[in-house]
Amino acid sequence: MEPVDLDRVIIRFAGDSGDGMQLTGDRFTSASAMFGNDLSTLPDFPAEIRAPAGTLAGVSAFQVHISAQEISTPGDQADVLVAMNPAALKSDLHHLRSGGTCIINSDAFEERNLEKAGYESNPLEDDTLADFTVYQVPMTMLTKESVADLGVKPRDAERSKNFFALGLLSWMYSRPAEPTLDWIGEKFAGKEKVIAANVTAFKAGHAFGETAELFDHAYTVKPAELAGGTYTNINGNTALSWGLIAAGQLSGLEVFLGGYPITPASDILHELSKHPQLGVRTLQAEDEIAGVGSALGAAFGGHLAVTTTSGPGVALKGETIGLAVSLELPLVIVDIQRGGPSTGLPTKTEASDLMMAMHGRHGESPMPIVAASSPSQCFFAAIEACRIALKYRTPVILLSDGYLANGSEPWLLPDVASLPEIEIEHATEFNHTDADGNPEFWPYLRDPETLARPWAVPGTPGLMHRVGGIEKEDGTGNISYDPANHQKMVQIRQDKIDGIAKDIPPAEVEGDADADVLVVGWGSTWGAITDAVSSVRSQGHKVARVHLHHLNPFPANLGEVLGQFDRVLVPEMNMGQLSRMLRSDFLVDAKAITKVMGIPFTSSELEAEIKEAFND
Amino acid sequence: MTDTAPAPETTRKDWSTDQEVRWCPGCGDYGILAAVQMMLPDLGVRRENTVFISGIGCAARFPYYMNTYGMHSIHGRAPAIATGLALARPDLDVWVIGGDGDFLSIGGNHLIHALRRNVNLNLLLFNNQIYGLTKGQYSPTSEVGKITKSTPFGSVDQPFNPVSLALGAEASFVARTHDMDRKHMQATFARAHAHPGAALVEIYQNCNVFNDGAFETITKKANRDDMMINLTHGEPIVFGSEGSERGVAMKNDGSLEIVDATGGTDGLLVHDEARTDPGLAFALSRLAAGPSEPTPVGVFRAIERPVYMPVTGSSSGHNDLASLLSSGATWEVE
Repeated sequence: MEPVDLDRVIIRFAGDSGDGMQLTGDRFTSASAMFGNDLSTLPDFPAEIRAPAGTLAGVSAFQVHISAQEISTPGDQADVLVAMNPAALKSDLHHLRSGGTCIINSDAFEERNLEKAGYESNPLEDDTLADFTVYQVPMTMLTKESVADLGVKPRDAERSKNFFALGLLSWMYSRPAEPTLDWIGEKFAGKEKVIAANVTAFKAGHAFGETAELFDHAYTVKPAELAGGTYTNINGNTALSWGLIAAGQLSGLEVFLGGYPITPASDILHELSKHPQLGVRTLQAEDEIAGVGSALGAAFGGHLAVTTTSGPGVALKGETIGLAVSLELPLVIVDIQRGGPSTGLPTKTEASDLMMAMHGRHGESPMPIVAASSPSQCFFAAIEACRIALKYRTPVILLSDGYLANGSEPWLLPDVASLPEIEIEHATEFNHTDADGNPEFWPYLRDPETLARPWAVPGTPGLMHRVGGIEKEDGTGNISYDPANHQKMVQIRQDKIDGIAKDIPPAEVEGDADADVLVVGWGSTWGAITDAVSSVRSQGHKVARVHLHHLNPFPANLGEVLGQFDRVLVPEMNMGQLSRMLRSDFLVDAKAITKVMGIPFTSSELEAEIKEAFND
Repeated sequence: MTDTAPAPETTRKDWSTDQEVRWCPGCGDYGILAAVQMMLPDLGVRRENTVFISGIGCAARFPYYMNTYGMHSIHGRAPAIATGLALARPDLDVWVIGGDGDFLSIGGNHLIHALRRNVNLNLLLFNNQIYGLTKGQYSPTSEVGKITKSTPFGSVDQPFNPVSLALGAEASFVARTHDMDRKHMQATFARAHAHPGAALVEIYQNCNVFNDGAFETITKKANRDDMMINLTHGEPIVFGSEGSERGVAMKNDGSLEIVDATGGTDGLLVHDEARTDPGLAFALSRLAAGPSEPTPVGVFRAIERPVYMPVTGSSSGHNDLASLLSSGATWEVE
């Protein structure tokens, strides 16, 4: 039978941490990307590397939304849940929409696993799944049988069962097999038995779908009509890493990354470590403080300096960031936010570091903040953070989060030649004349336009100078405890950051300009807000939205924009940090819509909140 | 980036800034500053290629007085900041200045990791066994029983022996000198500078306000010959006011002892700073429990070990941005 055409489908793979669900989801995603769908993904995994097998704590899931239309979120509720064991079913069934399809590895539903998952009776035998279409497939047994002739040890054979599941789903949704088969060959190169087992399991799953007469027919989701060009599927951490490399190339500077491993930021350290030939040097430092310290040292030496971390690391780096504010050297601090406080939810997303980015240093220490809004947008956000840091000689904090970091989407590759250069000049000449008419160098003699000080790097003859954290006299940079000078320097540092507002795009209102309700977002809520606003508008309500990529300073026109709307809603993954900033800066009654559950907003949650505003 | 032609001749004055030096009158730091400023002209290096980075403390004011590039940073972090600079700019001479609180307490972690990595840094540890800038609390090198403002009943903390600590941290160059002997300081600093990799020099430094005379027992001119054991590579370890009447020998249990050497140098330990195994250097560092007994000075250890550098350039991977961006699986949309 011909596959039935679907506009979109949301699939959630769930299994034990050891079942390879992230890999399965990732491969399904890649095949769909190659096929031409628009897509968005949400990996959802525990902090433990391997929690006890079969327990609820050990469940790892991957949700992917594939569509023939443009989409912006991984979807609210899944149409299909693949559950590899009872714990996965128990923990993830609530993600499946009523009437959805549940594909179950029935072999795993034996007494011990049911007990570990906390099931008193077998959900395959009671009415737990009454609202769903259920396919029970003995995946473990079928996988073992399929690879029996390959001479693979039984335990290793069982490990291929995720490829069986992938094969089955690939058949169900008419995904091309080649990308997956090619990938298996590359990934396990040199391990012929593993390749053979995984390929055989994948093909067995595919064939099972086709021949088992369990399924009436397969489905297909046609390629989306996307803008023409070359695409790749990319997650936020890779895009951000490439953005940092791009900024190095665009500015002609070497990139130095000082970092310390921390979830969910470590992948940036890994990615940058792969590319020394693109002018990148990395140091895995002894701690977070040394990560930012070494970066600041490299900045003093004239490099594009970066440190990458998550919230707990930013807390540790605060004093050094304050030094960078005082030294007025370019430095990019990347914060991949996660649930806090303290260790909090290391693998779960949250956007609750905005206040720390604004104020997490002692004294008056203003600093620009740039926030990324989607996985691929991390590329451009990284370039923008570097541009501001280099041009204004200031530390800049770049906010991303766990959802953007690990989530992926297709990305229309930019034309590299079209990316604007970042002009940067190291000082090489004297810039002042002393009382006796001799030329000299003043390290704090500023550019009148940007208020940036000259960046004279060691090795430059004649421009030797000393910088430090003690207050400096404006101009000469000499130590100064003069009261009026301190007042002046605090004001200059503030004016320098405030002045960046002239150099960033104005806030752009999308939707109905004459709407009553304005939704103001920042960060990874972009996708859910896009869907929710579009849905509410299609129901006849007038709604506008603004999404902020610059949180300090705000775009110059933001106050004016806010003043045009009666109601301002601010969805954010914290307890209302941006709304507080808008209220205090602009005296508007901005209402926060908050969520701190470690998972992103769903579009329907936001849709309900926006509609609620019309009833107020 | 830097000029590699022979450096022009310089004098102490060229290396000094116009900033008024603001240490307490009589502070040992003056002598160390003079030694550094007088040594640098002899090294044939350029001022613009020289950087001094310090943390916080009395010693940390040092960079302001050096007419080079410099950074007075934050407490404890100088070795980390200097590490980044040295890795980004291997063409520079990077000196790191810190006191016992800066290097061994708040910045202990950075110090040991800079040493174990063997980053190309010259680290000068101004050890005065007290916190000076905060006005007189005990430090991680203060002796047990020391009465200070924060230990009115006497310190009960076991102090660090900085040389032992550095050796334990895999340091490839460790030396000790003191602020009363400019020539010895200059020679020791020059050795540290010549050493590729991390070089730690402990300087016994007098704080005449909060811990006056802490090293007097061994550094006073009249006492020096009897109380300081000059380590000379390849020579039997001898000392004494008559030149060599005492020496250092190893006991059966492997520890060292001071013995009578009037009968000759047979049986005395011969100093070998290049020994791969740090055991003997460590034993030498334990010879004196504190600066009240005969104490070894000079170079304890100087071995060759790869200098830490991040990978820069590699034949594998993508050489331009466009090929990087398309390095994953890609597809075309018409």
